[in-house]
Amino acid sequence: MSQSAQGAADERVKKEPFLTKLMKRPELGAMAGVILVFIFFAITADSSMFTLAGIMNFMTPAAQLGILAIGAALLMIGGEFDLSIGSMVAFSGLFFGVCVVTWQLPLILSIPMTFVFAAAVGAINGNIVIRSGLPSFIVTLAFLFILRGLSLVGLKLATGGSTQLRGVRDQVENDWLAPVFSGEAFGSLFAWLAETGVIATFKNGAPKVPGIPVEILWFVVITLVATYVLLRTPAGNWIFASGGDKVAASNSGVPVNRVKVSLFMLTACCAALVAIITVMDAGSTDARRGFQKEFEAIIAAVIGGCLLTGGYGSAIGAFFGSIIFGMVVIGLTYTDFDQDWFQVFLGAMLLIAVLFNNAIRKRVTGER
Amino acid sequence: MTEDTKFHHGDATGDKAPIVQMKDIEKHFGNIIALAGVSFDVRPGECHCLLGDNGAGKSTFIKTMSGVHKPTKGEIFFEGKPLHFDTPRDAMEAGIATVFQDLAMIPLMSVTRNFFMGREPTKGRGLLKRFDVDQANDVCMEEMRKMGINLRGPDQAVGTLSGGERQTVAIARAVYFGAKILILDEPTSALGVRQTSNVLATIDRVRNQGIGVVFISHNVRHALAVGDRFTVLNRGKTLGTATRGEITPEELQDLMAGGQEMAQLEGSLGGTV
Repeated sequence: MSQSAQGAADERVKKEPFLTKLMKRPELGAMAGVILVFIFFAITADSSMFTLAGIMNFMTPAAQLGILAIGAALLMIGGEFDLSIGSMVAFSGLFFGVCVVTWQLPLILSIPMTFVFAAAVGAINGNIVIRSGLPSFIVTLAFLFILRGLSLVGLKLATGGSTQLRGVRDQVENDWLAPVFSGEAFGSLFAWLAETGVIATFKNGAPKVPGIPVEILWFVVITLVATYVLLRTPAGNWIFASGGDKVAASNSGVPVNRVKVSLFMLTACCAALVAIITVMDAGSTDARRGFQKEFEAIIAAVIGGCLLTGGYGSAIGAFFGSIIFGMVVIGLTYTDFDQDWFQVFLGAMLLIAVLFNNAIRKRVTGER
Repeated sequence: MTEDTKFHHGDATGDKAPIVQMKDIEKHFGNIIALAGVSFDVRPGECHCLLGDNGAGKSTFIKTMSGVHKPTKGEIFFEGKPLHFDTPRDAMEAGIATVFQDLAMIPLMSVTRNFFMGREPTKGRGLLKRFDVDQANDVCMEEMRKMGINLRGPDQAVGTLSGGERQTVAIARAVYFGAKILILDEPTSALGVRQTSNVLATIDRVRNQGIGVVFISHNVRHALAVGDRFTVLNRGKTLGTATRGEITPEELQDLMAGGQEMAQLEGSLGGTV
């Protein structure tokens, strides 16, 4: 904000304290949540949870969920839902598996083909929602079952009766593109750090953490790009506007339908990325991949400050929401608690987040 | 009209060519005749009030003017040339801006984001092309100050503004983006006394910049406070156009209601309507 614009400040306006300003950020709740969850585990969990190895341990599932959650968050800000992303992970995993194993294509072809395929399914989803005017909840609920079913049927066709397609690892092992989507990055840096004694090593001198799992890097990069797009580009403004009020937005010249369909395609591509990473990691694909991820992704987005009604939220919030998720899932194994507390915890977090978001929204809009 | 207002009224008596001229516009929806030959024009720097009761065809008429509906019959001239608008976007680009009753504002978004919604200023090129937030904030604060509204900050959410202020943001936005004609659809219908006078003052400011204002209302007082000319619509037809000073509020009221019934009603209510 420039000085000139501040020139004639209204004397009736009190200066806003930093804390109040912070309160208005959508991601505040998720940040506070991360701190609370951290304190909880710092007290109850084994100290090894917050070593480098422990952090990588909970960041990996957080990242896999987070990539989906960022897509889901953008779509929610744009005013729509996608309940089919979990099934989409399985379905694009199947397509990717077939490309690699059955058709023996190199990754340089398989990966773009998988993204194009996922985007096409996303576009179908989006177009049905836009053209029919039905709630995206119902349309994508239908696709949740359709895609899950197609994954099962397709896997059986591709493998001759099995619901698991193996042999991905053998095909991609020596592909030059594989390190971008699987394994750990910065291996040599970590080896060097281990040599110099900065990070912990096994007895044989190998570092306990061989590098940063690539999904974490993807997760961080996608968060940064999504935040930049939301806050600093016209497209970001269109996403907020489309979700806030689509009639008002289109009266003002925002291409609402195009924005929404693109967001459906983006969400599907996020699912495809998770599918590619996890399939290459596991070396096989199966029909249960991504099971219930749609709910977890939406929970992470909501914890991150997205409103269910659209038009408000942030990618950074979804980032922290996913980290909370990862910490809770993995963290409980470091404690004496029964692991099944996880679901209780998740539900409670969701409820608190929604109540909190509602209060914040009223503050922002000045509703009383 | 009893009180002479503080506003300077444009001397809109035929010396300037109309920006928009609509001749014998008819609009049929199936077997319903919504407009049965309406003629209307707007000159630069005047406020032309379109009055009429509910169902008179005001909304249909301005939607025809702003490109939402295509007329069944009739001609539209824009700056002297015949013109057809296929979409609201065409009309907007030609310089006809409409501030609808629902304002096209999003309460959860900041004033700046609302102000530039759909027309964001950018800087940089290619992949680095981005929303120029600083410039947008400066322009928005400046334009709002010109309209007499001091924002807390450009990031203030529109939801925190009062109805009159929102109306003013919508008008300021239209003016900033080069409107030659500003159509205001019942801008004062949901406002309090104070806010109404603010909006009327805004209309006066806009008119003084040489913009033609079409002010739709069913409130005769509000119309008479700023209007230069008055056209009354009744049952899809124009009942004539009067210039300021030629007509009394009572006469206008009667025209809007279609004559006799209103006179009777007014009698029984003791002249309070």
